[in-house]
Amino acid sequence: MKSHSKKVLFGLYNDEEELMAAISGAKSKHLNIMDVYSPFPIHGMEKILGLEESRLHIVGFIFGMIGTLTAFLGMTWIFTSDWPTIFGGKPYFSLPAFVPIIFELTVLFSAIAMTVVFYIVCGLGFGVDNPILDDRITDDKFCLAFQTNDLSGTDVSNIKKFLKESGAAEIHEKEV
Amino acid sequence: MSASVSRIREPLVLGNKSYHQITEDLVGPTEKTPDRMWVIAFILSVSLFAYGMFALIWTFYFGIGSWNLNRTIGWGYDITNFVWWIGIGHAGTLISAILLLFRQRWRTGVNRAAEAMTIFAVMCAGLFPATHTGRPWFDFFMFPYPNTRGPLWVNFNSPLLWDLFAISTYFTVSLLFWYTGLVPDFASVRDRAKGIRKKIYAFVSMGWTGAAKHWQRHEYLSLVLAGIATPLVLSVHTIVSFDFATAVVPGWHTTIFPPYFVAGAIFSGFAMVQTLMVITRKAFRLQEYITVNHIESMNKVILVTGTMVGSAYLIELFIAWYSGYIYEQFAFYNRVLGPYFWAYIGMMGCNLLSPQVFWSKKIRRSVFWTFLMSIFVNIGMWFERFVIIATTLAKDFLPSSWSYYWPSWVEIGIYLGTIGLFFTLYLIFARVAPVVAIAEVKHILKQYGDQYLGPNAKEHHQEQSEKAH
Repeated sequence: MKSHSKKVLFGLYNDEEELMAAISGAKSKHLNIMDVYSPFPIHGMEKILGLEESRLHIVGFIFGMIGTLTAFLGMTWIFTSDWPTIFGGKPYFSLPAFVPIIFELTVLFSAIAMTVVFYIVCGLGFGVDNPILDDRITDDKFCLAFQTNDLSGTDVSNIKKFLKESGAAEIHEKEV
Repeated sequence: MSASVSRIREPLVLGNKSYHQITEDLVGPTEKTPDRMWVIAFILSVSLFAYGMFALIWTFYFGIGSWNLNRTIGWGYDITNFVWWIGIGHAGTLISAILLLFRQRWRTGVNRAAEAMTIFAVMCAGLFPATHTGRPWFDFFMFPYPNTRGPLWVNFNSPLLWDLFAISTYFTVSLLFWYTGLVPDFASVRDRAKGIRKKIYAFVSMGWTGAAKHWQRHEYLSLVLAGIATPLVLSVHTIVSFDFATAVVPGWHTTIFPPYFVAGAIFSGFAMVQTLMVITRKAFRLQEYITVNHIESMNKVILVTGTMVGSAYLIELFIAWYSGYIYEQFAFYNRVLGPYFWAYIGMMGCNLLSPQVFWSKKIRRSVFWTFLMSIFVNIGMWFERFVIIATTLAKDFLPSSWSYYWPSWVEIGIYLGTIGLFFTLYLIFARVAPVVAIAEVKHILKQYGDQYLGPNAKEHHQEQSEKAH
């Protein structure tokens, strides 16, 4: 997908608290963080990194409503106009009996849509081969990465210095 | 990190684990060749499954007549087993959804396996109504789709159709929830694997990198899915109970059924989780991740839900007497003292009386007792469904058509086959995927690891990030 390769300079930390301190440090030094990788979610990090709140719940709500309407309008149309049938002497439009299916379809639509949208916006999916900076990031290393394509030599050495001072156990450069 | 944890709480991760050690311990079982116990268990499960398939093919070839159902008793082993399996399938999503919302951290040790169990149990359950239709190759008629018959639609007012929607939705949502949780753990396996294994795990882990934004969305998705899965769990067994409660059959036509079925489902689901966890933690040496504290927490749930179910049995009896309705009174007299009295005794003994031993902390924390009780509960809950279905149908309004039901070898075969299928799938799952959620255990380590919490705590966790802002 990407036309040119990225040069990435990254530091690996041994502990999430060192990583958090390093992110704060990088922010105060106005270094441009490319991304942060960790083996598990770290609470409070999104605030320091300045990530916006996820809007997945909006997707869930919209598709949930679509599910509600599909079930409600579908059953209403079928039982009142397309093929009206009397069951047990009840009216054609017997709303209480529609409730279970309306509820189930609401949940179904909302869950499927949220999950699919999650994978799409994250760029994840079967067969996707994202570059992995280091195999130990899914094990016990916490990674702070900077993109260095457009940076001058002094900027790069500044970042290296910063990584070393902030306690990174290892510093690597990689083209991905 | 998030809020600090009371020092009174007991640690949930033992053995002074480091992050790397957690990966080693939990990914390890997927990297070794299976030991002899696994192979024996697998051969046994597959044999049972094969026998079940034989009985199933027999049914398809000779028809439903090969079952011992008759004009009076139209539901027997099939629906009993269907409800039993669906009930078992309730623990997984309960643990992962409701306990996530209640912030019960002990769920991290057992949620992955419990969710897998849910999915396998629902698959086993689905087999029964699908076969029970008699001509399963026409099962697609159950779905509302534009057709050439009018279009003639399905009956949306029927609880049986609600059930189809409820269970399909439950299966789909549980699968999405489970798989999304597995993706980061598959990535952990991928990054340690080589050769063809690396390719396979790279495929199933969907290119997961552990980027901050992905984790944030992942957590968000889990939370919102948990929010909508919570009413879903409660709705599924409620709708299953509607299959009975909306029928005008004395003994079935009661408003207590939905809450009583849901409590029973949670009860039997946790019992099956206990059965599997006691074996899994021993076989894979996961005692430090699925600790006695986890077992005790689940036993508490079993005690509460078991007592709820038991109270429901007693209330049913009282209401039958109090209603003054002779058919209802007869239905319950027949249930307790009729030809199926043995099933009623089994149900009461296993579901109401036996879990009461869990009032004792010592027994709650005993692995042996837990395993024994979990088997009792599984049997008891099976009896419950049998009691509700068979005894009620056997003596209906018309004494001349009264009957007695006992399964044929074909019905027993299909039941054993689903047990085989369940354990086959579980054994495969335990080989190819981490049975404990790796990322989630790492996430709670600094709050619940025994080096941070409890009598052996050495390191006192600095709440650095909270000081930072």
